[in-house]
Amino acid sequence: MSGNPYLFAAYAVTWVIHIVYISTIVSRYARLKREIKEAGVRSQVSGVRKP
Amino acid sequence: MKRIFPILGVLTAILLIYALYQALVAAPTERTMGDVQRIFYYHVPSAIIGFMLFFINFGASVYYLIKRNPAADIVALVTAEVGVVFLTVNLVTGPIWARPVWGIWWTWDMRLTSTLVLWLIYVSYLFLRRFSSSGETPLLAAALAVLGALTVPFVYFSIWFFRTQHPQPVMGSGGSIDPRMLHALFINWLAFSCFAFLVCWSRYRLEKLQREVDHAHALESLMDPRGSTR
Repeated sequence: MSGNPYLFAAYAVTWVIHIVYISTIVSRYARLKREIKEAGVRSQVSGVRKP
Repeated sequence: MKRIFPILGVLTAILLIYALYQALVAAPTERTMGDVQRIFYYHVPSAIIGFMLFFINFGASVYYLIKRNPAADIVALVTAEVGVVFLTVNLVTGPIWARPVWGIWWTWDMRLTSTLVLWLIYVSYLFLRRFSSSGETPLLAAALAVLGALTVPFVYFSIWFFRTQHPQPVMGSGGSIDPRMLHALFINWLAFSCFAFLVCWSRYRLEKLQREVDHAHALESLMDPRGSTR
């Protein structure tokens, strides 16, 4: 197989699209976990304050 | 379940590397197009997987319309999103292949145009789900998905119904293919199908968790009427 710029571009762009999409899933998951953690701390704090 | 995911992830990664080897090394070079024909091994499986995901989206949407099942709604959302990603790959790799072979990046023939229309329908579906805050959004989205799914057979059969620049299929009744090329195509389809399954699974878990958090926030707001903490 010889180096073909079109072939390389097609394969590269395929993986770029998939990696960008997976990155969005990972970042959304991390943000949600952070949100859950903060909500847990908040409920603990509000639990202490409650009589 | 948590243990299975990494194992399947590693197996899929190995399969994808093997599929890349099949596409770039093991499959023979096509006589007229040369190495650029190897785009075929990414272009075609992406379209097939995109269509498969839209078919699942259609089934889940119909089920949601009948039963109002929230899990079916999540499946519909996830398959539409991942289907759009795969169809995007198909629509991007197509012109990259067309340029050296046809001498043009794009032509408004029926297969290419209908694929673009299909992509736009599902992008509209995702926009509807993302930006509409109405309680009827899943219902409207399910109805749109049913209409979108009707476009899939039209896209597939357009090369038989119309005179198109896009070639006829090389499998089945449309023509013949070297068995090594067919093997490489099958391995790439299998590898990307496993990859799509894992991505859908991750996305499903994320969406389910997101809905649980949103539900918890809503309950929190109801229980604390002095003001939401968000």
